[in-house]
Amino acid sequence: MDPIINVKDLTKKFKDVTAVDGISFSVEKGEFFGLLGPNGAGKTTTIRMLYGFSPPTDGTLEVFGLDIGKEWREIKSRIGVCQQENSLDPDLTVSQNLAIFASYFNIPKETALQRSGELLEFFALSHRSENKVAELSGGMARRLTLARSLINRPDLLVLDEPTTGLDPQSRYQMWDRLDALKDKGLTVLMTTHYMEEAQTLCDRLVIVDHGKILVEGSPRDLIAEHTGGNVIEIAGHEDAVIDFIQAHDIEYDDLEDRLILYTPTDAADLNNTIIDRFCVDKCTYRNATLEDVFLRLTGRELRE
Amino acid sequence: MIRLDAISWRFLKVWRRNLITYGKIWKVSFLTPLIEPILYILAFGMGLGVMIGEVRYGGATLSYVRFIAPALIAVAVMHNAFFETTYTSFVRMYYQRTFDGMLATPLSLEEIILAEIVWAATKAAAAAAIMLAVLGAFGYVAFPMGLLMIPAAFLGGLAFAGVGMVFTGIVPTIDLFNLPMFLFITPMFLFSGTFFPITNLPEWAQPLAVAFPLHHIVELARNLCIGVHETGVLVSIGYLTVFSVVFILLGLISMRRRLIK
Ligand SMILES: Nc1ncnc2c1ncn2[C@@H]1O[C@H](COP(=O)(O)OP(=O)(O)OP(=O)(O)O)[C@@H](O)[C@H]1O
Ligand SMILES: [Mg+2]
Repeated sequence: MDPIINVKDLTKKFKDVTAVDGISFSVEKGEFFGLLGPNGAGKTTTIRMLYGFSPPTDGTLEVFGLDIGKEWREIKSRIGVCQQENSLDPDLTVSQNLAIFASYFNIPKETALQRSGELLEFFALSHRSENKVAELSGGMARRLTLARSLINRPDLLVLDEPTTGLDPQSRYQMWDRLDALKDKGLTVLMTTHYMEEAQTLCDRLVIVDHGKILVEGSPRDLIAEHTGGNVIEIAGHEDAVIDFIQAHDIEYDDLEDRLILYTPTDAADLNNTIIDRFCVDKCTYRNATLEDVFLRLTGRELRE
Repeated sequence: MIRLDAISWRFLKVWRRNLITYGKIWKVSFLTPLIEPILYILAFGMGLGVMIGEVRYGGATLSYVRFIAPALIAVAVMHNAFFETTYTSFVRMYYQRTFDGMLATPLSLEEIILAEIVWAATKAAAAAAIMLAVLGAFGYVAFPMGLLMIPAAFLGGLAFAGVGMVFTGIVPTIDLFNLPMFLFITPMFLFSGTFFPITNLPEWAQPLAVAFPLHHIVELARNLCIGVHETGVLVSIGYLTVFSVVFILLGLISMRRRLIK
């Protein structure tokens, strides 16, 4: 069976920047796929090409096995998109936003009404259905955007930073809803800056930087491959530590004020020795996370 | 580049969205076309009209108020359509990101922009209808002929909506709409045969005034409301049609260049 998304050597150039630089990946049916990367990595640009907003400079892009250049209307009618920037209609009420959006898909009125009722329920917005969008909190607006992107019962859901700016409560609730959608077998492509979110939700992900894919894999495999599994952070270290870790061939990053050691999970003795001998002052011993992988691969410098 | 093959009747859905939004503020929007003509009639009829007396126009002698009353409708058509595809469309495009949201649906950019233009023309026609009622009540419109001014207003609205959309595709910020307002709308407002016949203009300026789309809406309005005209009806309709088609196409091109990156 064709993958839902098939991207090959996709490139997007703006006047003087190459925002997306020859990326290739595919997303299978039912997969929850993550597109991660620092600010300006090219995530939104990739997504915009995917739903036909922005024409690619080069490469091929197929969604549902169809060509976005020719069969854009068919593709767009089967995708749900939750854009990075809020594009809800502030002049309209919550339920009107859904009803009018449904009309763009030629969804009959009764069907739209029924679906919008279900979606408002699913996203805990029923009690707000007659409120104006301008009166919603950021978290509610985000949930409404997600509800809106599901009004056409899409075969593919594309989410550009669905949880940015939400408080922890709203974020957990959003994860819960996304998890439920995943269980129903929906195919999802998501970008996020929350590594914890990607780690819990994504089956597979790519990390992009400067428009290029750095790595691809499941969160678990990526963590194992790029960190070993454990992390020991030592603040204000002595030179002896470095001698020790170099002698034992341990992977590490030297951040001047802090050392970050990546040690294998199964090396309990080694880990204990390091902690006993070198953990003088501030020292953390924890499981490695996707965030460690992300920072190792994309560096710690601030983006422009 | 524009994709005319990307235009389907689906554009009416966007038109309908604007109608629904407008439905919430229509009471306010109706006030202008309701009250403005009355103010003009009072000022020009009781004030200026007394000094000017009568106007010779199209082989007839008209009181000054009778002369300008149809032109007021034409001016409202221009203002409504131009305002809608400049300031209002810009707000939807830039501040509310409405078009971004729509572009994630099966709508094409061409459908969205065409719908904005057709909506602007609809608003112009609605304003014309209200003004016809008001001016009719004062006896300045001959019915039923005057009712034809409603479709004529729609046509004139398309022309100005198209021009407005071209500017919306170009201006960097919303404040810069002052420029086309000042360079394009105001001269047209004054010199299109609205408040005095264009034959009063110097010879060299007359062809310029005839080239103004507002002139043709004014001519149509005088003809349809009081049966007096100097330019042939078909000439005006033909001119406005060609003008609309050209500027709607330019508007589509301009917006595609702005939005599709
Ligand atoms: N319309 C445009 N014109 C010119 N450059 C652009 C345009 N859109 C994006 N870029 C540039 O392309 C690069 C990638 O931007 P993009 O928005 O895809 O990044 P992103 O990964 O989504 O970042 P963020 O995490 O901040 O949302 C950036 O350098 C950006 O400045
Ligand atoms: Mg982005």
